Amino acid sequence: MAKIIVMTSGKGGVGKTTSSAAFGTGLALRGFKTCIIDFDVGLRNLDLIMGCERRVVFDFINVINGEARLSQALIKDKRVENLYILPTSQTRDKDALTEQGVEKILEELKKEFDYIICDSPAGIERGALMALYFADHAIIVTNPEVSSVRDSDRILGVIQAKSRRAEKGESPVQEHLLVTRYDPERVEKGEMLKVEDVLEILAIPLLGIIPESPAVLRASNVGMPVVLDDKSNAGQAYSDAVGRFLGEKIEHRFVKVEKKGFFDRLLRRTA
Amino acid sequence: MSIFDFFRTPKKASAADQAKERLQIVLAHERAGRDSPDFLPQLQKELLDVIKKYVSIDDDKVAVKLDRASGYSTLEVNVELPAPAKGAARAAAGKVAAAGNA
Repeated sequence: MAKIIVMTSGKGGVGKTTSSAAFGTGLALRGFKTCIIDFDVGLRNLDLIMGCERRVVFDFINVINGEARLSQALIKDKRVENLYILPTSQTRDKDALTEQGVEKILEELKKEFDYIICDSPAGIERGALMALYFADHAIIVTNPEVSSVRDSDRILGVIQAKSRRAEKGESPVQEHLLVTRYDPERVEKGEMLKVEDVLEILAIPLLGIIPESPAVLRASNVGMPVVLDDKSNAGQAYSDAVGRFLGEKIEHRFVKVEKKGFFDRLLRRTA
Repeated sequence: MSIFDFFRTPKKASAADQAKERLQIVLAHERAGRDSPDFLPQLQKELLDVIKKYVSIDDDKVAVKLDRASGYSTLEVNVELPAPAKGAARAAAGKVAAAGNA
């Protein structure tokens, strides 16, 4: 049975699209047929992060409005087998997302895919509500920073009250915490919230900790999901998170300051 | 505790500790108030209506303030009453006395 996962945060700029791209690619690398949908109507960016911006012809909204078939709008990834992207419209606004329209497309996708990832826009308005409404799982992307933690708490409240599972009284949406841009050095200095603190406050299971890493910007520059950079700690951390999601027992890495050797210091090597 | 700690100034709570504490307080209140509407404007209006029945006051002379700490909240209501006009006080006092005699 296909599962719908929403990648959400409330706050903008914390790494929802980066995480959607990395997580979706990670699932496809493990052999699951995966589709990533961009719900940020009017501010399309998933296509850029996935490096398929020049292949967009039809989009999610065209399919909702019956102007194109789903198969025409889906973009098959050229690097990873089993991976598809459904880009959104750059010209319409969020009102184009109707509940019936979104449901129809998700039902159609569920017949073909194992996992459907809904990349939510920031905020708690229509776009974000539609992205989370049909979800079975919610991955809450949080930076170790006060406004992001507060907004994550808010969006958790919205999921618990306004998702379809909540409205129909079904078993609740399964929540997972993904802490991104984690900087162990600053945590050690007492400048940044510890992951334990964020966990204690939000009280949902921890899926992964993605360290602050130059690899994320490098990957987005070239339109490659960072999980494909398997030498980088961020890429490895995303891969671990995917494993945990699938039920594997994997210890959290990159949470302590790495001791640098003499030559590393001398050459000022960075991760 | 080593002997050197004795000479150090006591450590202040780190920025991260302060962030955690502030979040815990604000979220405890936000979670509690998530389902109830923001009642302060309505409370302020109704308080005004009650006070106006007895004293004539300006709408902007009422200040309602909610302060939050961990574990409790305080509601502070400040009403500024107009200074009585000269002679009015005595007349009012006379009325009360008359009522008392009746």
